Amino acid sequence: MKTIINGITKENAIFVLMLGLCSALAVTTTFESAYVMGICVLIVLLGSSFLISLLSKWIPDHVQIPVYILIIGTFVTILEIFLESYVPKLHDVLGIYLPLIVVNCIVLGRSLSVYSKETLGKSLLDALGIGLGYLFALMVIAFFREILGTNTLTLMDHISSLTGYRAVYHIPNNSILPISILKEPAGAFLTLGLLMGFFNLLRAHKKGRV
Amino acid sequence: MSLASLFVMSALTSNIVLTKFLGICPLMGTSGSTKKAFGMGVSVTLVVTLSSIITYFLYHYVLVPSNSTYLETLVFILVIACFVQILKLCVKRFFPSLHKSLGIYLPLITTNCAVLGIMLLNISNEYTLLETIVSSIGSSVGFTLVIYVFSSIREYLDTRKVPNCMKGYPIAFIVAAIMALLFARYVGI
Repeated sequence: MKTIINGITKENAIFVLMLGLCSALAVTTTFESAYVMGICVLIVLLGSSFLISLLSKWIPDHVQIPVYILIIGTFVTILEIFLESYVPKLHDVLGIYLPLIVVNCIVLGRSLSVYSKETLGKSLLDALGIGLGYLFALMVIAFFREILGTNTLTLMDHISSLTGYRAVYHIPNNSILPISILKEPAGAFLTLGLLMGFFNLLRAHKKGRV
Repeated sequence: MSLASLFVMSALTSNIVLTKFLGICPLMGTSGSTKKAFGMGVSVTLVVTLSSIITYFLYHYVLVPSNSTYLETLVFILVIACFVQILKLCVKRFFPSLHKSLGIYLPLITTNCAVLGIMLLNISNEYTLLETIVSSIGSSVGFTLVIYVFSSIREYLDTRKVPNCMKGYPIAFIVAAIMALLFARYVGI
């Protein structure tokens, strides 16, 4: 349990470790694509941590990286085919960022530093923690970017072909929203920078009190 | 589209770092000093250009005829990983002085999402061989430009006073946001 919470807070992939940023910035224009991406990364993390911690004894050190990338790539390809056949629209929205999970530094970095050394149980727990932390971070970024940037909150839209529900909320008209810069690439950098500063402030505050 | 406008487009208007968010990790990681940033940029240009030619032939003459295009991610990442290893050995053997300055960046390139991203974009945009080469060079020149400018700004920022909670990465992201705004204005060209 401690490992899981650690992965979400102290070792949060995006806000603390600064890994896996590309997808975090690119897919967070809508809330829906953000959490689907987060779930995809979580699945890839769980799958590859399972295989890598089982196989690491038999993988020689000097071919470690290529073999790990192949294992991760296999899971990513499976996910890609799955999404393409069940939710094709979402597959188009995620675009090249889906295959790019292969080179997402968080998966490879964790594999090299943790899963190749730890036991199966610990690796799976760590993967769950890191994956949930990643999912959480993406959801926070997307939440702010979508609400402030486009005046909506998409819970289920493209994914409705799988779940059968459609849920897109609109915020009543007002004079402030939408701030369309947040929808653009610059807004992604801005949101992440400000959120990071905010979390730093929280941490400093907590430390000061204890 | 003419090749010149393709070059300008891939280097500036749809810059891979600031509009497609590829290669953010090296942008934040190696942009502490201008020297490092330049080394990274040159290595990326080399790897991207050469491996995009290899992947072009592999995709159109091996994967498409054998009807296995779904393997593109796996094949491409293998090509990049192998190519980086070979390049490292070659540079070490023939240009020892270059190896000293660029050697440490080469292994990092395997996991640089800009490299795989450019290959995947080339394929999904259905470029011809010539267009592939031009867009690869253009994108990596754009990458080098951004990472170099960014690192000079960060070197300057280190000497300035920044609020405690914004020090380091947070302020770097704000800088990136302002740069992205500027690059978005190139669209009119």
